[in-house]
Amino acid sequence: MKQTIPTGRKGAWLAAASLFAVVGVWAALAYTGSVKPLFLPPPHKVFLSFGEMYNEGILFSYTWDSVYRVMVGWSLATVIGVPLGLLIATSRRASHMVAPVMEFARYLPVVALVPLTLLYFGIGDAQKFAIIFLGTFFQLVLMVADSVANVPGDLSRAAATLGANRMQTYRLVLFPGALPGIMDDLRITVGWAWTYLVVAELVAANSGLGYMILRAQRFLAIDRIFAGLIIIGVLGLLTDYLFKLLARIITPWSEKR
Amino acid sequence: MTMLSINNMGKVFDSNKGEVTALEDINLTVDRGELAVIVGPSGCGKSTLLNIVAGLEQATSGEAVLEGEPITGPGADRGMVFQSYTLFPWLTVRKNVEFGLRLKGVPGAERAQTARKYIDLVGLAEFENALPKELSGGMKQRVAIARVLANKPVMLLMDEPFGALDAQTRLLLQELLLDVWRQESSTILFITHDIDEAILLADNVYIMSRRPGRIKAKVPVGIARPRDHKASLTPEFSEVKSHIMDLLWEEISAG
Repeated sequence: MKQTIPTGRKGAWLAAASLFAVVGVWAALAYTGSVKPLFLPPPHKVFLSFGEMYNEGILFSYTWDSVYRVMVGWSLATVIGVPLGLLIATSRRASHMVAPVMEFARYLPVVALVPLTLLYFGIGDAQKFAIIFLGTFFQLVLMVADSVANVPGDLSRAAATLGANRMQTYRLVLFPGALPGIMDDLRITVGWAWTYLVVAELVAANSGLGYMILRAQRFLAIDRIFAGLIIIGVLGLLTDYLFKLLARIITPWSEKR
Repeated sequence: MTMLSINNMGKVFDSNKGEVTALEDINLTVDRGELAVIVGPSGCGKSTLLNIVAGLEQATSGEAVLEGEPITGPGADRGMVFQSYTLFPWLTVRKNVEFGLRLKGVPGAERAQTARKYIDLVGLAEFENALPKELSGGMKQRVAIARVLANKPVMLLMDEPFGALDAQTRLLLQELLLDVWRQESSTILFITHDIDEAILLADNVYIMSRRPGRIKAKVPVGIARPRDHKASLTPEFSEVKSHIMDLLWEEISAG
């Protein structure tokens, strides 16, 4: 996967310029009154709403609640999904057994499962974990299986002629060989986890960024909606950046980067 | 003394167009210390033959016997060098060469010592800590050879190992292989479609027919050793080459 965040001084300038342009257009539209404040709040009000939320004590607690739900739900999907993906990629029997279920399940829109999960788990954290898990797990299994299948077969064959048994081939060849691909799979699915979390929080919750946005809508506090969106966007950027950094630390040998 | 003997071996593939006979009635022996080379037109099944000896594929009839034991699966006693680059990209040169020893549970210090010896033998001492992505194609194949040798196999299997290299690098590696073979007294079964390469290296060249692959002829190469790339300028070389070309030409033109 290609580097999407530009690096180096020139890249940083370009990134800053485009960000500045977006804020500029926003400010121009809001301050000239071309768009009503009801639809587009002026930038300073959004800025101030961060302070208000901080004073109410919800800025960090709601953000943390959301981060926590994403982490747990997505980690569950990862812990089960990665080994299962490895298994599907390497065992024909497992693939016949599991792959059709995965293929079916991944086409189920997770949003359609929200009512069921509410029924099963209520509106607490468990329901959020369930939605994130359902939204990322099935795709992740298939993506990991694909990443493992992309490890050149000759690497495993070479290992076999050096004396590797099946377990050693898994541990010493297939897993490390697929790791750069798996890191990408994780980075992509954690992004989806955020989407599904916000969906779940918009429908039913009593804390979290999605809940905050929904409540803001009821009170027509449009500045808070924008603040919520900015927080989610920044968290997404941070996660992406962290994963890329992690990939560079864990798989410095990869020819991808 | 016979190291490897292949007896009446056949291989039939099931494809969606029905059965395809890849190998038919192959008989072949390789003596201890011999460098045997198989040449054949593309698609004749020579790689399949080597894979069966490696234990990576199964014969459908007959057998391959190594030091009196029938071959049933892959093992460290038959190290293979592939045409594609098969170094593990996440391991340094030395860790790659140590790979087989690590599987056997050889202690670290001894592993490093053995690995260094073979890295030195293939002329890459300065690159011991380099990653595969920093190496040229020729260097990768040198490491692949060192990795197999460090494992002390009773036999080396080589599947067109120099096929992807440029002409000069190929000559260098052919000479390197001859040196290594002499110093290590290895037994080698080598596959190529390059006639010059076959003659330069081989004690015996086996010519395969086009599909279904059979051993069509065994041509001994009597050119004095040690050989280097200039051997190809001698009259003996031309004579053997002419003979092999005639045999191969029948196969190529008949297809």
